[in-house]
Amino acid sequence: MNSKRTGEKVIYWLMRGITYLVVVFIAYILIDILIHGLPAISWEFITGDPEKSGAEGGIFPAILGTLFLVIGTIVVALPLGMFSAIYLTEYARQSKFTQTIRMAIVTLAGVPSIVFGLFGLGLFVVALDFGASILAGSLTLACMILPTIIVASEEALKAVPKYMREGSLALGATKWETIYKNVLPYALPGMLTGAILGIGRAAGETAPILLTAAAFFLPELPSSVYDQVMALPYHLYILATQHPEAQKILPMQYGTALVLLFLVIGLNFVAIILRIKVRKKYKW
Amino acid sequence: MSEILTDNNNKVHVENMNFYYGNVQALFDINMDIAEKKVTAFIGPSGCGKSTFLRTLNRMNDIIDGTRIEGKVLIDGSDIYNPMTDVVALRKKVGMIFQKSNPFPKSIFDNIAYGPRLHGVKDKNQLMEIVESCLIKSALWDEVKDRLDKSAMGLSGGQQQRLCIARALAINPEVVLMDEPASALDPKSTLKIEDLVNELKKDYTIIIVTNNMQQAGRVSDYTAFFYEGKLIEFGATGQIFTKPNQKQTEDYITGRFG
Amino acid sequence: MNKQRLKAKIIKYFLQSCGSLSIIIVLLIFLFLFKEAFPFIGSPGIGELFHNIWNPVSFQKEEFGLVPLITGSVLVTILATVIAIPFGIIGAVYISEVASAKEREFLKPFIEILAGIPSVVLGFFGLIVIAPFIKDLFGLNTGLTALTGAVLLAFMAIPTIMSISEDAIKSVPAAYKEASLALGASKLETIWKVVVPAALSGIVASVMLGMGRVVGETMTVMMVTGNAPVISMNPFTSVRTMTATIAAEMGEVTIGSDHYMALFWVGIVLMLMTFSLNLISYRVLKKYGMIDK
Repeated sequence: MNSKRTGEKVIYWLMRGITYLVVVFIAYILIDILIHGLPAISWEFITGDPEKSGAEGGIFPAILGTLFLVIGTIVVALPLGMFSAIYLTEYARQSKFTQTIRMAIVTLAGVPSIVFGLFGLGLFVVALDFGASILAGSLTLACMILPTIIVASEEALKAVPKYMREGSLALGATKWETIYKNVLPYALPGMLTGAILGIGRAAGETAPILLTAAAFFLPELPSSVYDQVMALPYHLYILATQHPEAQKILPMQYGTALVLLFLVIGLNFVAIILRIKVRKKYKW
Repeated sequence: MSEILTDNNNKVHVENMNFYYGNVQALFDINMDIAEKKVTAFIGPSGCGKSTFLRTLNRMNDIIDGTRIEGKVLIDGSDIYNPMTDVVALRKKVGMIFQKSNPFPKSIFDNIAYGPRLHGVKDKNQLMEIVESCLIKSALWDEVKDRLDKSAMGLSGGQQQRLCIARALAINPEVVLMDEPASALDPKSTLKIEDLVNELKKDYTIIIVTNNMQQAGRVSDYTAFFYEGKLIEFGATGQIFTKPNQKQTEDYITGRFG
Repeated sequence: MNKQRLKAKIIKYFLQSCGSLSIIIVLLIFLFLFKEAFPFIGSPGIGELFHNIWNPVSFQKEEFGLVPLITGSVLVTILATVIAIPFGIIGAVYISEVASAKEREFLKPFIEILAGIPSVVLGFFGLIVIAPFIKDLFGLNTGLTALTGAVLLAFMAIPTIMSISEDAIKSVPAAYKEASLALGASKLETIWKVVVPAALSGIVASVMLGMGRVVGETMTVMMVTGNAPVISMNPFTSVRTMTATIAAEMGEVTIGSDHYMALFWVGIVLMLMTFSLNLISYRVLKKYGMIDK
């Protein structure tokens, strides 16, 4: 009996150890990038242009480019994803059609990001002749984050209790009035959580924009949606693997990695906080 | 079976109604006339179809997938299931109070103004008048007049239910459906709601579903007893409670089942 | 009144078309992959794809054999899965059955962070930290190997495996556990002999979803696996995956060339692989009621 107990204890500790090994790994990545990245961060690094092929200077155009791409992505994906979710939760009845939609959403969520890149290249860059541009990149990323936004929006809509709808309908509201006035306002914060998670993903992705939007160095900032852009993840990729003096410009790489990580994890963090706040505000 | 109550104007007329959830039939051949400006109570064991029947009267069952109805429901002589019927106008005319009070997470004022605003009232003073008169009618005015801009979620259960009544009155309904409006309330709040029902029947046709037989006895003029989806007996409340014609009604009233 | 009805109809059809957008995008993806890849069948011929050599830029003979790319992807994926499984499953069991509530509140969001780290950042970390470590540990010439990629990809798959396995474990009815405990089994025996087997299908599905993620991952593998298109099942050699091939070469090809089309064929194979992995796991999860229909 006693030896059995000791054996169990050992196994519990083993399980704990394995779990915390993952934690340690994550912490190591975060700390490593923080420690080596912080010294590279300066006002000039954030707001300056790259010099000597990115070996010196700043990363401002890359930050701005990522910002443009993300804004373009969300402007397209958020309304479409929200309307799609409204259709699925409020209008659709169980049918072959809705099952096909759900299947498509799952499929879309599993499509590798590089395949989105190929698709964007084939459709937006070549067939629609947008060229490699902010427009093509944003549309490609929008397709990619659509499932994230749909699923989060659906959850937010489902969290609004049924009686909110019944109460409004019983007062003579039409279906759309009910949704617009008595469901959406309460689902909106939850939908935004999904949008922020989507933004985080779009900001961090490299493969889709590699083929549809990104350039390593551009002498001027983009002036229209048909221009190519620099982007943080692509910038980091080139500095780390393609730069002739990759070893020597490690601080620049770490600095870029830190800015990117800060941006993406920061967005995730905001989404989590928002979710907690919403849950506290509306306890149905 | 059908009982025609001739001593009154009839507001609602139901003829040969059958109702189905998918393949399951929930109501069987219902025939009924409901008197204007009286209180009609529906009683019966849970699952007997009384709430389902209530919800057919403002077409709230429409929003449930796979439901189907046969027969006729006339309100003021026009068939509410006619394809040309405007459901929105119907629900304006037939208000509803739910079992669980369901104030919206808005201010007290905005809760009551929700309906009038939908139907085009924009003037702030006019809205204020509506809110005040409805709160007075629902006997809530004195308790909340100083905090109309506070959230309705802060009210007690009984107050919330009276707020929902005020909200329903704000769209000037002619018929008010109440689905077990006091089942979640304490005895004191329940009495308040019952007093209110007595007061309101001067102006409105009230149909109330209840699981509480004493309540049906106290508030209603007519009582309908439902069992297993069928209307077993319908008549003046006094008669139903003292000398029911049907054995099943008697068994239920005397507490032998249900 | 008629106007109102018309408005309601328009809104409904508008929302419905937004709803069908996902279907349209999936169809467009397949359509455009095939459209761009199609002429390859005529010339140089689909048989080319089954050769064992990938050498798309050559003065003598261009070779478009997908086999080394597929084996590269398969090798990295299997290695990554083998590494990820114990961490993912044991972690899920620990979090759902052993950890205290407080621990859980910390562990779950913290491990979620891992899912949020951009793959290029993970690749960068792998290049700078993990690759030299593996090189020294095994005394290799280079740290850019299939194993290095697999280690990093394993960590990308862990959050997926953990969170879905945890859901599966949580959905095991408490009655099973109670019955086992009442028969005198210890908590640990109950976990491994009752709970985990009952949740097995969900756990398997989680592993497959994790694999789907690994097969499709691009930047990390491109940065750390060395990118040599050779057929090998040795974890210590450099390999090139399908994803990395597309990402690395698409920038340099002429649109419409044989090489361009061949890269779209790589995309098709990749798409089919992830599609089937996801489809199967979706079916399993749906069957056990872990996804609502």
